[in-house]
Amino acid sequence: MYSEKVLDHFTNPRNVGELSDANGIGEVGNPQCGDIMKMYLKIENGVIEDVKFKTFGCGAAIATSSMATELVKGATVEEALKLTNSAVVEALDGLPPVKIHCSVLAEQAVKAAISDYYTRQGIDPLPIVGEIKDCDACHVH
Amino acid sequence: MKKIVYADNAATTPVSPQVLEALLPYYKSEYGNPSSVYSLAQQARAAVDDARKKVADALHAQPNEIYFTSCGTEADNWALKGTMRRLAQKGKRHLLTTNIEHHAILHTCAALEKEGFEITYLPVDTYGQIDPAQVEQAIREDTGLVSIMYANNEIGTILPISEIGAICRQKGVLFHTDAVQAVGNVPIDVVAQNIDMLSLSGHKLNAPKGIGALYLRKGVVIDTFMDGGSQERGRRAGTENVAGIVALGTAIAYATQHLDERIAHETALRDRCIQSLLQIPHTRLNGDPVRRLPGNVNVSFEGIEGESMLMMLDMHGICASSGSACTSGSLDPSHVLLAIGLPHEVAHGSLRLSWGVQNTMEEVEYVLETLPPIIQRLRSMSPLWEKITAGENN
Ligand SMILES: Cc1ncc(COP(=O)(O)O)c(C=O)c1O
Repeated sequence: MYSEKVLDHFTNPRNVGELSDANGIGEVGNPQCGDIMKMYLKIENGVIEDVKFKTFGCGAAIATSSMATELVKGATVEEALKLTNSAVVEALDGLPPVKIHCSVLAEQAVKAAISDYYTRQGIDPLPIVGEIKDCDACHVH
Repeated sequence: MKKIVYADNAATTPVSPQVLEALLPYYKSEYGNPSSVYSLAQQARAAVDDARKKVADALHAQPNEIYFTSCGTEADNWALKGTMRRLAQKGKRHLLTTNIEHHAILHTCAALEKEGFEITYLPVDTYGQIDPAQVEQAIREDTGLVSIMYANNEIGTILPISEIGAICRQKGVLFHTDAVQAVGNVPIDVVAQNIDMLSLSGHKLNAPKGIGALYLRKGVVIDTFMDGGSQERGRRAGTENVAGIVALGTAIAYATQHLDERIAHETALRDRCIQSLLQIPHTRLNGDPVRRLPGNVNVSFEGIEGESMLMMLDMHGICASSGSACTSGSLDPSHVLLAIGLPHEVAHGSLRLSWGVQNTMEEVEYVLETLPPIIQRLRSMSPLWEKITAGENN
């Protein structure tokens, strides 16, 4: 059902945990739908210097969060905002169709953390980041 | 080879060696069609008759009340659709069931609703129990059938079948029970318990997949489900699955002869497992603590999600199941866990271990050693767990 890459990221998730000096924290999903992702970013001079995540969810949810952190670590905020769920899926060598929503959630978690960063800077995130989709939206395949 | 601990006997069971031995000749040498006249075929016919008697004996029924089917699902479909379509002619268009039935019943009910039948789904209590008084009150003038499962496949709750049977008989309403999980695990007497119809399935009691049976009390007439040849006295056409039937007969006879031992063995494994798992903080037992299938353990670990737990158990060779959305194949967790009132997030963190005859206490201990670190690990990376414990550590 899962690719080797998904199993690898599930078994050895990268960047798992919390960041005490994070300056952007985003949480998406809800316990109802069975997935919650929390993303911690440390942004310095427009670059994501460090990233950590915590996830409540299935194997795919953990693997997509892990992969998303790998993809944005060291990237500029502009690059991170271009991260799409399909890029996460591709990097994991695919996901079963019913798990695609997990990758959407991972994309949204990164965006939510960046939104929080902008808000903390006193900048309105909406024109830059756009709306953060809620869980219902990510369940529409 | 990696050690495998199979703790998912409610999903299916391994075919036992004596069952395999009994069925193999019907593929190799005794392959005749029971409907043919020559002696090779007559041996197959005799084997089918012998198995029918064994199934009947296990239920305290008569052999001519047993109809072999392709699985438990078929028996459920036949009982419900066959009864309701027949009784519709008498103006009985109402069926009474519960909200924790297997999909074999629930989806059949949904199909009947599309045909215009009315279904009442009785709500269960927090243990997954039905009060017989609920049944008594819900039976209407036009109720044709009450269908209530003997024991629940997820949470292991054993329902008050004798009491419900007595009520139905007294009210003159037919009573069907899906006993797929119960047969071989609890003593059953269709006569004493006033059961008119009962579904069972071979693969839950160490026979192969693809064989089941419907007990239909003599005198109860329902519509034929499978039209065709004259097999099963013209009521369930199709050349008999002789090897499967022989296997079912062998398995059910073995299970009933060793019922007490089996119950004692599985209960010991179950109780050790439950007692130990409940030591883990923020863990609850799902289902009835007392009136419970001997091998069933169903617990919820707050703060974690079932599928990731199953994947980690699988890496340690442990086969189990969960009622989380990711494993139910839909976006919602199991309807049974929601029916007993679990919040979604607690239902997502459920784990079912179902122990069988072939399991050992060593296997239980292995699971009990392996599981706590997995739960700890998943909780350590769960933002939900963080919230649950937020108020506790300061
Ligand atoms: C309670 C219950 N009813 C019906 C079934 C369906 O039986 P089968 O798999 O033989 O179709 C099952 C098995 O999954 C079950 O547990």
